[in-house]
Amino acid sequence: MTGILDELRRFAYVTRGVAWRSIHNTIVNPAILLPSIIFPLFFLIAFAGGLSRIADVPNFSYKPGYTAFQFVFVFLQSAAFGGVFTGFAVARDFDSGFARRLLLSAPRRSGIIAGYTIGALLRWALTGTIVTVAALIGGMNVDGNGVQLTGLIGLGVILNLVAALWGCGLAMFLRTEQAGALIQMPVFVLLFLAPVYVPLKLLTGWIHAVANANPVTAVLEAGRGLLAGSPVKVAIAFMALAAAAAIFAAFARRGLTSAERAG
Amino acid sequence: MAVELTLRGPSTRPSAPRATLVEQTAALARRAIVRTLRQRALLVFPMVFPLILFAINGSALSPATRIPRFPTDNYRDFLIAMTFVQGAMFVSISAGVDLARDIESGFLNRLALTPLRGEALLVGQLGGALVIGIIQAIVYLLVGLAAGVTLSSGVGGALVLLVLSILISFAFASLGALLALRFGTGEAVQGIFPLLFVTLFLSSSSLPRNLIKADWFRDIATYNPVSYLIEGLRSLVITGWDAEALALGLGFSIAILAVALGLSQRSMRTRLARR
Repeated sequence: MTGILDELRRFAYVTRGVAWRSIHNTIVNPAILLPSIIFPLFFLIAFAGGLSRIADVPNFSYKPGYTAFQFVFVFLQSAAFGGVFTGFAVARDFDSGFARRLLLSAPRRSGIIAGYTIGALLRWALTGTIVTVAALIGGMNVDGNGVQLTGLIGLGVILNLVAALWGCGLAMFLRTEQAGALIQMPVFVLLFLAPVYVPLKLLTGWIHAVANANPVTAVLEAGRGLLAGSPVKVAIAFMALAAAAAIFAAFARRGLTSAERAG
Repeated sequence: MAVELTLRGPSTRPSAPRATLVEQTAALARRAIVRTLRQRALLVFPMVFPLILFAINGSALSPATRIPRFPTDNYRDFLIAMTFVQGAMFVSISAGVDLARDIESGFLNRLALTPLRGEALLVGQLGGALVIGIIQAIVYLLVGLAAGVTLSSGVGGALVLLVLSILISFAFASLGALLALRFGTGEAVQGIFPLLFVTLFLSSSSLPRNLIKADWFRDIATYNPVSYLIEGLRSLVITGWDAEALALGLGFSIAILAVALGLSQRSMRTRLARR
């Protein structure tokens, strides 16, 4: 029993240290902090502002309006990119040699992954809040109740975790900052292969088929449903995200093992 | 090697021949092109990324063609112009980062010891970017045609489209060079790059200006020169020969090029100050 407690204590010690460093580095370094805030804001402005005429397309229907329709995408996108940016940080730590020193000194190495993912979550908490405030200032309508909005935040939290585990895992496998594009690109493509601009029913051709099969679509539709106060596909979305979290947790653990082996 | 052979430093022999401005520019351009072509892996992402967006948004935003008064029934016809301008923006970053690397590595300081002229260095350095611009323009046009884009202006329009897009690439490459000369580090150039992207998305890239619903967004798009670069290229695809759109596109790209080159020239003089 004492042994398990000691293990947990060591795990928590490493997790806290890595998470604190991750969020500290983000806050004190504008070059890291600003893009993660500016990009989602900019997407919100460009999509909700520049494309609002899309709501006039025949058969487009989303009760809270186009700003809310795009907000859900940008909110979830910022969650995913919060995780991706953490993958960049891990890769940077390997390039600088810090990660190797961390591997040598950490008494419980799995705490490193947990620390980075908590860092990603804290980082997204800031971005998500700013995006939400900006959307509300921009006149976004919110029809969902407290429980439904908590559900939307929950989707973002798990998506952030999934993306962080993916980013950490790949960065630990490749151990170079040049892995950045590889970490980012699949997430970016997967997000944009969902119904970003119009509901799924209005998409035609190959993009409809791909979006239909894309698990991000269920997450996006569930998020939009929750914000509109008429939930759809919520269970499917949470199950898909939970499955992805389990898969990428294993992937990140293997990445850590690979980094340990590389020394 | 070519640079060292061509750009002879101060010689002890008074009769040693000095490279002309054209020779200096050609030597540096050759170096820039070789360096660019050697970094093929780094070339792929900037070239492919706009194509991925073209493929995705070309389908995902196709319902926009059902908006009353939308100028075409094929959204890819409308979107292809954005691909060219987006590619040009990526050229700016590669031009800027390459020049910044020369500043950081001290190459520029070593050149300051030679009789090299700043103009030659600036234009020569942009040679690599120009090559990328040409390759990109051809690839984007071919991919666009393969994806079903039809040019209302015909074969002549395709040639003008290529020339204008290469000019736009060169203008953005000059902007990249200006950033490199001002800030001196690749990191700074990359950090400012997202701002260029903002100008792309705050333009008429996704919808025609007259169909943008939000007044504030339409105003920004109207004052944003990137809108006119896109609309110049787009006119060749959708409208045919639209003298006003072409003149504005050409005019703004030349203006950006002139301003960026002029300011770069001033910054280059400071960087090459023989101390």
